[in-house]
Amino acid sequence: MNTIGKYLLGVAALILMTNCGNNNSNSNSGAMSSSKAEKVYVAPGEHDEYYAFFSGGYSGNITVAGLPSGRMLKEIPVFSQFPTSGYGYSEETKPMLNTSFGFVPWGDAHHPDISQTNGELDGRWIFINENNTPRIARISLETFETEEIIELPNSAGNHASSFVTENTEYIVAGTRFAVPNPQRDMPISEMKGQFKGPLSFVSIADNGRMNLEFQLNMPGFNYDLAHPGRNKSHGWFFFTSYNTEEANTLMEVNASQNDKDYIAAVNWKKVVEYVKNGGGKKVAGTYAHNVYDEKTHTATSTMKEGVISINPVEVEGAVFYIPIPKSPHGCDVDPSGEYIIGSGKLSTDLSVYSFEKVLKAIENKDFVADAYGIPVLSYENTIAGVVKQPGLGPLHTEFDGKGNAYTTFFISSEVVKWKLGTWEILDRQPTFYSVGHLMIPGGNSRKPFGKYMVAMNKITKDRYLPTGPELEHSAQLYDISGDKMELLSDFPTHGEPHYAAGIRADLIKEKSKKYYELSENEHPYAAKSESEATVTRNGKEVHISMTMIRSHFSPDNIEGVKVGDKVYLHMTNLEQDFDVPHGFSIIGANTSEILVMPGQTKTIIWEPKREGVWPFYCTDFCSALHQEMQGYIRVSAANSNTPIKYTLDDE
Amino acid sequence: MKTLIKSLLLIVLSVCFIACNNNAKTAENSNDTTTNEASNEKTGQAFIEDEGGTPNALQLAIASKDHSTLVAAVQAAEVENALVNVGPLTVFAPNNAGFAKIDEATLNDLLKPENKSKLAFILTHHVAPANYPIETLKKNAVKNRKLYMASGKYLEVTEKDGDIYVDGVKIIGTVNVSNGWVHVTEDVILPKD
Repeated sequence: MNTIGKYLLGVAALILMTNCGNNNSNSNSGAMSSSKAEKVYVAPGEHDEYYAFFSGGYSGNITVAGLPSGRMLKEIPVFSQFPTSGYGYSEETKPMLNTSFGFVPWGDAHHPDISQTNGELDGRWIFINENNTPRIARISLETFETEEIIELPNSAGNHASSFVTENTEYIVAGTRFAVPNPQRDMPISEMKGQFKGPLSFVSIADNGRMNLEFQLNMPGFNYDLAHPGRNKSHGWFFFTSYNTEEANTLMEVNASQNDKDYIAAVNWKKVVEYVKNGGGKKVAGTYAHNVYDEKTHTATSTMKEGVISINPVEVEGAVFYIPIPKSPHGCDVDPSGEYIIGSGKLSTDLSVYSFEKVLKAIENKDFVADAYGIPVLSYENTIAGVVKQPGLGPLHTEFDGKGNAYTTFFISSEVVKWKLGTWEILDRQPTFYSVGHLMIPGGNSRKPFGKYMVAMNKITKDRYLPTGPELEHSAQLYDISGDKMELLSDFPTHGEPHYAAGIRADLIKEKSKKYYELSENEHPYAAKSESEATVTRNGKEVHISMTMIRSHFSPDNIEGVKVGDKVYLHMTNLEQDFDVPHGFSIIGANTSEILVMPGQTKTIIWEPKREGVWPFYCTDFCSALHQEMQGYIRVSAANSNTPIKYTLDDE
Repeated sequence: MKTLIKSLLLIVLSVCFIACNNNAKTAENSNDTTTNEASNEKTGQAFIEDEGGTPNALQLAIASKDHSTLVAAVQAAEVENALVNVGPLTVFAPNNAGFAKIDEATLNDLLKPENKSKLAFILTHHVAPANYPIETLKKNAVKNRKLYMASGKYLEVTEKDGDIYVDGVKIIGTVNVSNGWVHVTEDVILPKD
């Protein structure tokens, strides 16, 4: 090739490349004028701008990712056993998964929500609900550990949860599967009027502790999703419901017969007042309340009895129904609190209600009917506007704080941006594929951050390298800082991310715990120094309090354990430094390893079945001499006389 | 310039053009102001190449010689992606003879770009976001249960001499597809208003 030829080729390529680049940046009407790759690029060692907490759905957990990179930072075990850390396997954390049905190793996590103060995300805790065995969990955003789980009795399918009021006063839990309340043996076909859909209100104390305050014993429709009023509508809660037909079979047909279902509007402040004045009656209901103590590093499970049940009809002016077209799903409230958006998942329009009009209709007693005694407001007199033919299968709406709303459409697989107040459609972008929830950090608070939006899809198909029939769900990140949404990147999520919650990283990262203070460790079997390490026998129980430090266990030679013993291995990590966990496992243990954080104590049980000398070791590559971090336990016959003896370096 | 260089230049040009074209598409897309133009881009589940597996409603229609008008209409209205999602969907698919009963001027008018939303409305009136095998339709006729369509309107189901009619339009065949059911009809179901 001659030089001029090369030169021409180079110029041609260069010009075209440049053109490409220009096209690209022309399309960008956002604040940053750079390429999409740059927008999601977080340089090595740099931090993401936002935390995003994705529900793991049927994984039962939460995964934490950074935005805009989409990099996964951590999986937080919540409702499911997690062998990676030993959550739900260690003696300290098993009580977290206790329920009134006994130990349940799995849960179906759905909707994470971050605590708020004055309607703004405060980054103290994140809550998440469990659908199958109705529960709510609270996770500390200092330790990123599940600290508390409360079960909801008399309920089934806790889907309309775990949404937080604007000062974190209450969290709600709904009943998606109407059930007899109290549960009893009765013919399924007699469901109508007999089944109930209790809505639970759980209060949050200043230290985060949850308490089941009362249950509104609503008619047996399926309460699907909810959001609290905020700003001007603070004090109210809105729940969508479907199956007002009260069908109990072939729901896909029979629960779609009515033209309209209901949004339940609940003035919870009035109900709280009513309960304070002695209203409601205590009914039966057994539920587990599990609390993890950071000082003892141990959870306790308390079984509680009884809950205050309230007949909604008996609280004057507190509970109303608003008609909404076609089996609604999402129920979202805009940052001002004025607009309540109901998404009829089979409807082709979006219905937006006005809070002021709702109040006026209530004041004027503008009721069109009643449902089991609960007044039904007029649709025409509460509706603020309708977004006409925005797409097919509307599900969920979030807000950017600039007067715009973003709604997902499952069937037409897109996100549509529209204007609050004028209901005009401003933009639409396809998703890949069949989007469920979307998330704008702070998008369901008074103050959304309004920079990024994540669409969480139910269907992946061909988006990534194929991995057999089962695929992780796909998510797409959009820049929403400009007039038009701009698709930036695409990344897989773990489990089923029904919903996510996002928050600016600086609101959390400075207070993130680095290690636990050893001096504050109140675990009864903690060995806070090597000299405190002990092995004690109590009948057939042997308690070994062992320490871990780079790069040895103390003791690391133990004798006197016998076949048939129940050996409690209490491991204390003596390190007082950031990111130096030690792991522990021993051959023949019928449980997972435990990963012990600096300053922490964790326990697994080992029941040796065979005589011999059995090694144990550190499962986390902790140091240069990690491979040397091991020890032996000698197991003698059940009737032997081998005395208890434990040493380190023969001392 | 030597031929070799020319052809290399051509390759570079076309590669860059393709790359540009993709970008241009995205750019065009995000600059759209109207609601219906945004799906210009042929992306989405409808365009996944997937050999093997049971065909979905759209793939079935494309494969059927008797439904070329319907496919043309779906493409003109750009509602392909609505027919390939996980559903479940029930599609009433008028055959070519059914479309032929509409006078040509009206049909041609509907296929014009400016009538895209009107056409989309008529087409979504043929799609129910539900699972309605023929047995269920028969049951719906007996139980007087209407069908709620993606257009937001309802269809009535009736049975006469063993045949099932939706809003008076006869079903002449049924195919189970991967995302629901396709019932072939002998007429187009025109929305009442």
